[in-house]
Amino acid sequence: MRIACPLCGERDSREFSYKGHALALERPAEDAGVAAWDDYLHNRDNPAGLTQELWFHDMGCASWLVAERNTVTHEFGAVRLAEDVKGAKP
Amino acid sequence: MRLAGKGLINRNKRVRFCFDGRDYEGFEGDTLASALLANGVTLMARSFKYHRPRGVLTAGSEEPNALVTVGKGSSQDPNVRATVQEIYEGLEAVSQNRWPSLDFDVMAVNDLGAPFLGAGFYYKTFMWPKAFWEKLYEPVIRRAAGLGAISGAPIEDKYERAFAHCDVLVIGSGPTGLMAALTAAEAGADVLLAEEDSALGGRLLSESGEIDGIPARDWAAAMAEKLAGMDNVRLMTRTSVTGAYDGGTYGALERVAHHRPLAKGLPKECFWRIAAKRTVLAAGALERPVAFQNNDRPGVMMASALRAYVNRWNVAPGQKIALFGNNDSIHDVAADLLAAGVHIAALIDSRAEATCALDVPFYAGAQVCGTDGRKQLEAVSIARASGVEKVLVDCLGMSGGWNPTLHLTCHMNGRPEWREEIAAFVPKVGMVPGLMAAGACNGAFSTAACLGEGVGAAQAACEALGLEAKAPKLPSAENRPYRIAPLWAVAGKGRAWLDFQNDVTVKDVKQAAVENFRSVEHMKRYTTQGMATDQGKNSNVQALAVLADATGRGIPETGTTTYRPPFTPVAIAAMAAGAADKGFAPERFTTSHRLTVAANAPQIEAGLWYRPSYFPAKGETTWRQSCDREVGYVRQAVGICDVSTLGKIDIKGKDAGAFLDFLYTNMFSTLKVGRVRYGLMLREDGHVMDDGTTARLADDHFVMTTTTAAAGEVMKHMEFVSQGLRPDMDMRFASVTEQWAQFAVAGPKARALLNEVLDSPIDGESWPFMACGPVKLGGVDGRLFRISFSGEHAYEVAVPARYGESLFATLKARAEALGGGVYGMEALNVLRIEKGFITHAEIHGRVTAFDIGMQGMLSKKKDFIGKAAAQRAGLLEEDREMLVGLKPLGAVKQLMAGAHLYNAGAEPVRQSNQGYITSVGFSPTLGTYLGLGFLRGGRARHGETVQMVDHVRGVATTCEVCHPVFLDPEGERSRD
Amino acid sequence: MRFSALKILKEGLTGNKGWTPHWRDPAPKPAYDAIIIGGGGHGLSTAYYLAKNHGMTNIAVLEKGYIGSGNIGRNTTIVRANYSLEGNSQFYSHSLKLWEGLEQDLNYNAMMSQRGIINLFHSDGQRDAAAKRANMMISQGDDAILLDKTSVRALLPNLNHDNIRFPIYGGLYHKRGGTARHDAVAWGFARGADQRGVDLIQNCEVTGIDIENGVVQGVQTTRGAIRAKKVGMVVAGRSSQVAAMAGMRLPIESHILQAFVSEGLKPCIDHVVTFGMGHMYMSQSDKGGLVFGGDLDFYASYAQRGNLPTAEHVMEAAMCLLPQIGKAKVLRSWGGIMDMTPDGSFIIDKTHIEGFFVNAGWCYGGFKAVPASGYCMAHLMATGQPHEVAKHHRLDRFETGRGLMDEEHRGSQHNLH
Repeated sequence: MRIACPLCGERDSREFSYKGHALALERPAEDAGVAAWDDYLHNRDNPAGLTQELWFHDMGCASWLVAERNTVTHEFGAVRLAEDVKGAKP
Repeated sequence: MRLAGKGLINRNKRVRFCFDGRDYEGFEGDTLASALLANGVTLMARSFKYHRPRGVLTAGSEEPNALVTVGKGSSQDPNVRATVQEIYEGLEAVSQNRWPSLDFDVMAVNDLGAPFLGAGFYYKTFMWPKAFWEKLYEPVIRRAAGLGAISGAPIEDKYERAFAHCDVLVIGSGPTGLMAALTAAEAGADVLLAEEDSALGGRLLSESGEIDGIPARDWAAAMAEKLAGMDNVRLMTRTSVTGAYDGGTYGALERVAHHRPLAKGLPKECFWRIAAKRTVLAAGALERPVAFQNNDRPGVMMASALRAYVNRWNVAPGQKIALFGNNDSIHDVAADLLAAGVHIAALIDSRAEATCALDVPFYAGAQVCGTDGRKQLEAVSIARASGVEKVLVDCLGMSGGWNPTLHLTCHMNGRPEWREEIAAFVPKVGMVPGLMAAGACNGAFSTAACLGEGVGAAQAACEALGLEAKAPKLPSAENRPYRIAPLWAVAGKGRAWLDFQNDVTVKDVKQAAVENFRSVEHMKRYTTQGMATDQGKNSNVQALAVLADATGRGIPETGTTTYRPPFTPVAIAAMAAGAADKGFAPERFTTSHRLTVAANAPQIEAGLWYRPSYFPAKGETTWRQSCDREVGYVRQAVGICDVSTLGKIDIKGKDAGAFLDFLYTNMFSTLKVGRVRYGLMLREDGHVMDDGTTARLADDHFVMTTTTAAAGEVMKHMEFVSQGLRPDMDMRFASVTEQWAQFAVAGPKARALLNEVLDSPIDGESWPFMACGPVKLGGVDGRLFRISFSGEHAYEVAVPARYGESLFATLKARAEALGGGVYGMEALNVLRIEKGFITHAEIHGRVTAFDIGMQGMLSKKKDFIGKAAAQRAGLLEEDREMLVGLKPLGAVKQLMAGAHLYNAGAEPVRQSNQGYITSVGFSPTLGTYLGLGFLRGGRARHGETVQMVDHVRGVATTCEVCHPVFLDPEGERSRD
Repeated sequence: MRFSALKILKEGLTGNKGWTPHWRDPAPKPAYDAIIIGGGGHGLSTAYYLAKNHGMTNIAVLEKGYIGSGNIGRNTTIVRANYSLEGNSQFYSHSLKLWEGLEQDLNYNAMMSQRGIINLFHSDGQRDAAAKRANMMISQGDDAILLDKTSVRALLPNLNHDNIRFPIYGGLYHKRGGTARHDAVAWGFARGADQRGVDLIQNCEVTGIDIENGVVQGVQTTRGAIRAKKVGMVVAGRSSQVAAMAGMRLPIESHILQAFVSEGLKPCIDHVVTFGMGHMYMSQSDKGGLVFGGDLDFYASYAQRGNLPTAEHVMEAAMCLLPQIGKAKVLRSWGGIMDMTPDGSFIIDKTHIEGFFVNAGWCYGGFKAVPASGYCMAHLMATGQPHEVAKHHRLDRFETGRGLMDEEHRGSQHNLH
């Protein structure tokens, strides 16, 4: 598997580590309630197909990335810096 | 028998080798199989289950029969295909899985029991009496099973791993691969051509025929030379591409030194990870056997293998040869054999309409229905409408048609499709992204078609890369259609082999179908068909055709099993090159490492670090003596300990304080410059992740310490929080663990010692407890933190790492002069247990701040990581296991870490479990064992007596539950 | 038909003509008392115990592929009861006891081999953790021995004892642990269920779950609608998709776990050995192949195949621990889809939909659980109450934080296990 880090270019996946669905970026408010936190921490759509997920370039630039990837074919789509994704929010 | 003729052997170079203790001679260029055949040796192995005598079946890496062990001692390689092993001077090979000898194998008795040992027999028996499986059946089965043996000696041969990158990877160097490589290379692509064989050319090396008007083999040699001269082409022979992985990544095994005595320093094999932008699969095709009664005798082989032995190695595997097949290729083989002067006793074509242009005894519409002989083929029985005729032969070449070598295309779960006109599976486009199959592996069998597909695939690859590949003039070549009439199994009694090595016969597959193992996967798993070392390369298609027939379905509906990596087996040593012994993981050393080793301190692993366990002094015979003495240094004088392995993270920026507030449960933005604070960090799931101290060096500058174990995890977590949750914060941080050497100076004489080494002396007023700031030591800028992990008056002093060793030596010498000295991890552990300080033994991943009594550190004034989840009802219940101190009470004055706790008088069983002990140390200060542990509702149970039971080591005692701080609960020593 | 050595002898002498199907291939009926979605190990054992223990024989197992096509046929076949936490401890203990009588119960030789499992440890801290676990095992009534360095050397002389990156301090020896022949477990349960009247319906994919007013009514399948008042979902690897048909979102992420088998070799490893520091475990099959595996690939996947970095890491650990096996050649690698829960432990529970039951989240520990999983699932489906040994494995434990079973002490969050 090869991941196109926006800063380092395409690199072998062994340089990266993984943190699951990108909804981890959408942290609820501390008083959002039990259900919202349960959804944030535990419940997942877990799609067989396209998903948005977090990768960390441990052995590279130490960037957190948001990558589109297909969980059935392992094919990657766009890879963006998590900082940019957060910045892109209104 | 060696023939005259111009093969690819060097007749000027004789090579001596040894097989099963006998010496033989071959020529340079021979494989072990060709050289043994040249010496008249046809019995090379025994089958797995029935121990049937077996000869060589193929001339390639797919060989299922002729597996041998090569080399001795730590170099012993089991299960080597004799068909791939090139001979070299002094090569030693032995046969396997036979006793006492290959010629006389006692286990061949299994063959007589075959009626009782059919498909899946073992699922139906060996169940009585119950205990006999482990005691009797299994040991006997295990000893009988297995192929070769490993020597038991650690590997001394060298292996390597490497990465390669290319624009176009071409797999295989037959006519397709050569044309593809040349086309892509001429377009300017960076080309890597991987060939399993020792020379380029693929089947052209074994076949007669012409390309561009010259012998095909010469054409291949010319192409190889041309490619070798191009700067943008890398040719890798003896390299099998073993797996197709995501993103254009391929695994490949290069057999660097299996074909010669191992030279010093040269690796035996190299495992390559190839990143290819585009790939052309030009892997050719494999001929498949026909199943008929006793088709497994030594002397029965693939027609194409026979052709290779004759043409390439100039070996006649027999004196009287028969050929049997269902397609045109046996006629080409016959022509080559005749040209080489080999006697053909019969040419048997199953197709009734077939004709023969050669002057040989020809049997059209006939089938071989049986063979005679035991260790050597003696005759074949030929069935025709008119009856059965027996012909004396010592070698039979068979051809059931050709299967495209499409295995790599299936490595990503793609399924090939059935093509009726060639009676074979072919790959579908796109089964592996970026890979295009061309030539025979794509079902194109004529040489002209291969050449054309090679060009086409290379052009497509180049186009995808933005390169323009011109269409070269295609060389002229044979372009005959491939004609075949499917024939999978010849009808008749007796056993007809499908999977040669695993001894799976047509009967087994039929029985599986009768027993409702009708899915192809069920059949495979029930019969073990295709699970041998060739992974069904020689047998899967026939077996599923037999299954299709037995279940009344067509082959496409029956489907196939999946081919998975590796294409050919790969030695663990190759894929793990460099990892033996200490190579498995990096080793991290502190700046004081050399001096601690010199002081004979035993080293223990702390993550990747090495740290001293204790420093033995003269006359001490146990670690406890050293530990007690070192604890005494700290409690009574001064002790020195290297604490550089703790993670150190430098944090700077306007929002550094706010960032720490979000990371830690407690406040840091309110910390004064020049002060240090203890902080607790949770994971988002509300459990404790780590703890440590953080110092504020300036308004916008903090230095955080983490535990040794969690340093990496915390750093990654901080990156996530900063980039993924709070990119708005103006702050940056970096790990400086390696940049600073840091030493604890602890004990009543700590300040006195420091004042000997600091350029400006300190006192209690300028450096109160939890103060920090810059200092100078001999002109070197350092940092001093008045913090304590021992509960004593203590400091940690940090200097740039290059001064670490020198400072450690200085501190050690001065501490010794003051009646103290250095201490190791054992003493450190006792010191912190006495004070009830926690480590990852307590914050082991499952505990909350509530569990360790730090619920007061969960700030109510702000949000922080883990805050919401920590408030879940289940994490705040009063019967949770809580941190307590424990002291032994009864006659047994010993506590055991890992022991369980039960209420006094309760039966010590799981149902009455009350907790467990996490840390134990003998306190020389208090003269007793002390323990830390977790006890249900423990905070409310101080003073209670509980039982400690260490079932597994047979220790039980009663102990008193107490507050986890055993010594100086008010903390006066550290503040004095 | 009853299998026995005598039967084999008789058939062998008469041309092996008397063998019959191990199970039928019935067409689905329009309605059953209960439906089990998923014909893997857990689904088949659920059906078997529903029939055997609860007398429910008008039931069907719906399998979209062939019986045993999921993880039951893709694992490294390890059976053990060496868990350290309340909940898991009693459940796996129960499972091992069922394993010990399974072959006689099923009249099917699953080659259960109690060759012993040795978990190596490499520091004082790991020894303490192993002791804690051993004490749990013994207090639960299972067996455990704490081996010191010398005893490990005596039992496993082939390991790298003298120059290994992480020295071996000792091992936790669980003698009753071992291996079994995975496919045979599926086939044995299938045959046993079939003999008791259960309909095993292959090539029948569930495409929808019919729910009315919060009560399950049956399922839609590629072979038509089938009604049932009780539906159990036992589809590891596809749990999130099937749950979504019932409008549920589970605390599960699907990951890939690779496994490897070498070419056949003469016996060289007699136990199951796990190398914690290297995340690698290995045993040798009766056929002679080394069967080994390691950690997850660590990315969400439904692909049943992995990539090289993890494969290489497993080989590295193997080479580090057992330097002489370097010459063994990897013959085949494959991957299974693991239902990973946040705390690494499974779920057997009712749901908010009446009659709809969930058996999921086996992470990478499902094989050893096969008998008890079916036993407890059957109990839950038949009685509506959790079985005593599985009562902790609730679906809502993540929401409440109560009874989390994080055996690895890594946390109760995704991507930590």
